[in-house]
Amino acid sequence: MTKNPEEGLLISPIRNGTVIDHITAGEALSVLRILGITGTTRECLSVATNVKSCEGGLKDIVKVENRELKKNEVDRIALIAPNATINIIRDFMVAEKKGVEIPSILVGVVRCTNPGCISNTNEPIETKFVVEEGGLRCLYCDNIITSGVAELII
Amino acid sequence: MRHIISIRDMSREEIDSLLDKSEYIRKKDKYRRSLEGKLIALLFFEPSTRTRMSFASALARLGGEAIIVDSVEGSSISKGETLADTVRVVSSYVDGIVLRHPKEGAARLACEFSNVPVINAGDGAGQHPSQTLLDLFTIRESMPLDGIEVGLLGDLRYGRTAHSLAHALTHYDVRIHTIAPRSLELPNSTLSGLIRMGAKVIEHETLDSVINELDVLYVTRIQRERFPDLATYSKVSLSYRLTPENLADVKENMIVLHPLPRAGEIDPSVDTMPQAKYFRQAENGVPVRMAMLEEVIQ
Repeated sequence: MTKNPEEGLLISPIRNGTVIDHITAGEALSVLRILGITGTTRECLSVATNVKSCEGGLKDIVKVENRELKKNEVDRIALIAPNATINIIRDFMVAEKKGVEIPSILVGVVRCTNPGCISNTNEPIETKFVVEEGGLRCLYCDNIITSGVAELII
Repeated sequence: MRHIISIRDMSREEIDSLLDKSEYIRKKDKYRRSLEGKLIALLFFEPSTRTRMSFASALARLGGEAIIVDSVEGSSISKGETLADTVRVVSSYVDGIVLRHPKEGAARLACEFSNVPVINAGDGAGQHPSQTLLDLFTIRESMPLDGIEVGLLGDLRYGRTAHSLAHALTHYDVRIHTIAPRSLELPNSTLSGLIRMGAKVIEHETLDSVINELDVLYVTRIQRERFPDLATYSKVSLSYRLTPENLADVKENMIVLHPLPRAGEIDPSVDTMPQAKYFRQAENGVPVRMAMLEEVIQ
């Protein structure tokens, strides 16, 4: 039976790699930036933005071929797309499916906005933030970041 | 190994135990020699007369010896060495480090690289736990820390001593009243943080509307550089100046504290009044710092 072209797949399946689904609509490009994928990347990449979600509303999707996301990369994505799901694909099959979870402490993920913070100097340390109800609290200077997290991701 | 970096890290039990120790030292054992033979580095990469002197005095009274570095010029820091490297090296020479540094979070970094206990003696606009402990100690000399009304007056936006005290007071049953000039109010993030920690905070526009309810009035310095011009500064600082008239009808055992140095927020004629405890507060810096040193180094 031939499928109605309107119901066809927006992006073709990948053999091996990662599919990040349910990204907050409009954040796909930030997700790519976090993954270090730029215009010069060699990876085969599919990006769909403002796609209709089965649950209603809009979402973004990113597919990266031949790359399996590591835990620290997933943690970073969680900050801007808390509902995203990560599907690891091997030979066209979903080998692993995991949600993203914001960890209680973020190490080396976000830059501190306080110019007086020791983490913004040449010291050999990684930034550390505690995830609290009111935002992200710098473990060095106690500065609290409440907005604009996507811009601060290292 | 124990460090004292921020009052936020300390539980009520830890604070109370340090205050008990400070009280014992102050009343009964001012010259105990519990740190005899111990060598402590006082690394002061930012000018501070009273904190440095009171740590040096505290250490001498405990029988320990201080190696003082109080100038960046000529030190390894001026040659571009990181604080991490400095701390690594210094901690191999001594039994403890007392650190003051212009960058916020410097003490937290230091304890990651140190092989010996670190005490934070102030990191920029950040934490200054010994000040908060001596503030609490001075209040406790006059009244219990539970069931009191504490007023914070002055620059509550940038004043770190007021923030730290407010955080510490969330461990106790205290109602906090804030009185600050417009634009120098407690930052929203600090305020909501305090409320999440269970603090009861009431904001006031004028001191007169609340002073007679207070058990403690904690005055902080209003800094000239926070204002666009001298005229605005003078107007604001005069309206927040504590005089004997303000204290005419206060509660019987009410006390006035100030972390010092003051710049005119408290009229000198208040100094001889029974409420004035700010010089006593400065004096308490020694027993409190003795207790802190002994706690982490002994």
